[in-house]
Amino acid sequence: MDYLFTEGQKLLQELCRQIAEEKISKVAKELDEKEEFPYEIMKVLAQSDLFAIYIPQQYGGLLELPEGRTVGGVLDLCIATEELSRACGGIAVCYAASALGTFPIILYGSEEQKRKYLPDLAKGKKLAAFAITEPEAGSDASSIKTSAKKEGNYYILNGVKHFITNGGEAEIYVVIAMTDKTKGPRGASAFIVEKGTPGFSFGKKEEKLGIRASVTRELIFDNCKVPSDNLLGKEGLGFIITMKTFDVSRPGVAAQAVGIAQGALDLALKYAKERYQFGKPISSFQGIQWMLADMATQIEAARSLVYSVAKMIDSGNTSVSKESAMAKLFASDVAMRVTTDAVQIFGGYGYMRDYPIEKYMRDAKITQIYEGTNQIQRNIIALQLIKEMAK
Amino acid sequence: MNIIVCIKQVPETTEVKINPETNTLIREGVKSIINPFDMYAIEEAIRLKEKYGGKTTVITMGPPQAEEALREAIAMGIDEAILITDRCFAGSDTWATSFTLSNAIKKIGDFDLILCGKQASDGDTAQVGPGISAHLNIPQVTYVKKIREINKNYACVERMTEEGFEVISTSLPSLFTVVKEINEPRLPSLRGLMRAKQAKILRWSAKDLELPEDKIGLKGSPTQVIKIFTPPQRPKGTIFHGETNEVVEKLVEALKKEII
Repeated sequence: MDYLFTEGQKLLQELCRQIAEEKISKVAKELDEKEEFPYEIMKVLAQSDLFAIYIPQQYGGLLELPEGRTVGGVLDLCIATEELSRACGGIAVCYAASALGTFPIILYGSEEQKRKYLPDLAKGKKLAAFAITEPEAGSDASSIKTSAKKEGNYYILNGVKHFITNGGEAEIYVVIAMTDKTKGPRGASAFIVEKGTPGFSFGKKEEKLGIRASVTRELIFDNCKVPSDNLLGKEGLGFIITMKTFDVSRPGVAAQAVGIAQGALDLALKYAKERYQFGKPISSFQGIQWMLADMATQIEAARSLVYSVAKMIDSGNTSVSKESAMAKLFASDVAMRVTTDAVQIFGGYGYMRDYPIEKYMRDAKITQIYEGTNQIQRNIIALQLIKEMAK
Repeated sequence: MNIIVCIKQVPETTEVKINPETNTLIREGVKSIINPFDMYAIEEAIRLKEKYGGKTTVITMGPPQAEEALREAIAMGIDEAILITDRCFAGSDTWATSFTLSNAIKKIGDFDLILCGKQASDGDTAQVGPGISAHLNIPQVTYVKKIREINKNYACVERMTEEGFEVISTSLPSLFTVVKEINEPRLPSLRGLMRAKQAKILRWSAKDLELPEDKIGLKGSPTQVIKIFTPPQRPKGTIFHGETNEVVEKLVEALKKEII
C-alpha cells in the first residue's frame, strides 16, 4: 500500500528500518531476557534525530508547524514507532514513552517551559515520562491520591505513582497530582518534575511479561518541592492535559501494535516457507495461507486507520478523542490476534524461547492495556457516539 | 583541522564475480555500497571534526553513479563531497588512481589529514592510500587502529600489526589508512539525510585537474591485466570407509592408478 508519504517521511521510514535491522534486532533477545534498558540504542536514536521529529523547529526539533498550531509530527512519530517495533516492541516503547512525556509540554507548556525543556528532549539528551497511574487509580483516574500543596513559590508533592514507563531512566516527568481534592477531577494539576528534585525518588522496578527492555518503575514523592514555575497550564487542568495528551499519543501506541504485528507476520511468513511437513513447505497448505492472508489484511486495515488518525491530528484537528481511541483499540486487538496466530504457525517451535516469535505475543499484550485499557477506549468511543447523536 | 577522506564505491558482496571474456567485474544486479573499510575512515573524520572543528571533505574517483556513495557520506555528517569522474579515467590501475586522487587533493589544497580505508573489498590491493601519500610526498601510516593524540602539526597513532600494535608519531599533513578496530561507524541522521538529498556535489574531470593524458586511465597504468579468472573448483575427494588395513590397501591402489 502506498500511503503517499512526503520525501522526509520516506527517508525517516528507511532510516528507522535500517536502525531496526542493523542495531535493534541484534540486541532485542538479550535485552528481553536480561530485562535491560537499551541505553546504546537510545543513543543511536538520538544521534539519528528521531527525538526531534515531533518537536517544533523553534525548540530545537525538526517539525515545521504552520502558524497557530502547537502540535504535529504525529504521523512521523507513528512511522518511527512502527518500524522500531517491528524489531522490538520493548525498545520502541522506551522511545515512544518519551514522546508521551513530551506532548503535555508541547501542548500546554509556557514559552519559558518549552525553551527550557524541549531542546534537550529534541536532541535525545534527556528522556521524558508521563505519570498519572497509581496503585489504586488505574482506569479510574479520578481517584488519584498524590497531592500538591502550594507553599510560597513551591508545590509540595506527596504520593506514589506506579507502572511508570521510563521511570528512573527519564530526566523529565510530567506528573498529575491533586491541588484541590474537594473539586474531584477538576482539582487535578500537571507538574514538570525533574529527576534529582529533593524528595523525588524511585521505587521498585517491575518484572513484566513483555516489553521487558523497557523499564517500569514506581515514582515516590515525599515532601517533594517543585517550583511553582513548573506547573503546566494552570491549576485544575490536570485531567484535560491528560486527555489531550492521550489524544495525540494513542496513535503512537497503535503504531507500536501495528509494528509488533507486522514483525510477527514477517517471521511467520518466512518460517512457513522454510518449514517442511508432509514433504512440502507449510506455506503451500491453504490452512496456513488463509491465516497469513487474514493476518496481513488485519494489519493493513489497522495501519490505514492509524495513519489516517495521525494525519487528522497533524492537519490541525483537535477533536480526535474518538478516532484516536479507535486506532489504539483496533490496532492493539489486531496485534494480539496476529501474534497469537504467528505463534500457531510456528507450532511447537513457536512456544520455545529459542525462537523469536513468542516474544512478539508477549510484547503485544500490553498494547491492549496501557494508555487506557481497550475497555476504556470503548467507553470513550461510545460516549462520543452518543454525544454526536444528541447534537 | 581539515580532513579529506578518500572512498570507493564497491559491489555489495564479498564474492566478486568476474566476466571471463572481458576480464572485468560483473556489476549487474549487485547493489553498490561504500567500501566497508572506508566507512571507518568517514566515521573517524567526523569524530575528529566534532572534537577539534574544521572541515571534512570526501572524494571518490568513479563513474557518475558513485555520487550516491558521496551523498551517503554527507548523510553521516561529512561537510563536502567531490566526484572525480571522466571517461578517460577508465582502466586506471592503483598507480593512475592514486596519481589522479593526489592531484584532486592538491587542487583542494588546505588539508591536515587524509584518511582512507585500509583496502577496498573488491580489488583488495591496499595500494591506493599509500600511493596517494607517495604522490603528495607526505608521511603515511597504514592500518591505524587508534589515534592517541592529534593536533594540526603532529599525531601519535597505534598501527595494527599481526602480533599487536606499534606506536607511531608523525608530523602532519599525513595520510592514514584505518582498520575496523578504530571505531564503529554511525548510521546517518535525519538532518544529514535531508542535507545529503539537497547537497551539491562538485564534479571534476581530467581537464579540471589539468592531468596529462599519458598519466591517467589505461594509458597511465603500468599494470596490465592479462587475465583474471575464477580458479576451477577442486574436484570432490574420495573417502574410503572400512578397517584400516583394507582402507590403506584401497588407498594405495587408487594412488597407483590415478597418479603414480
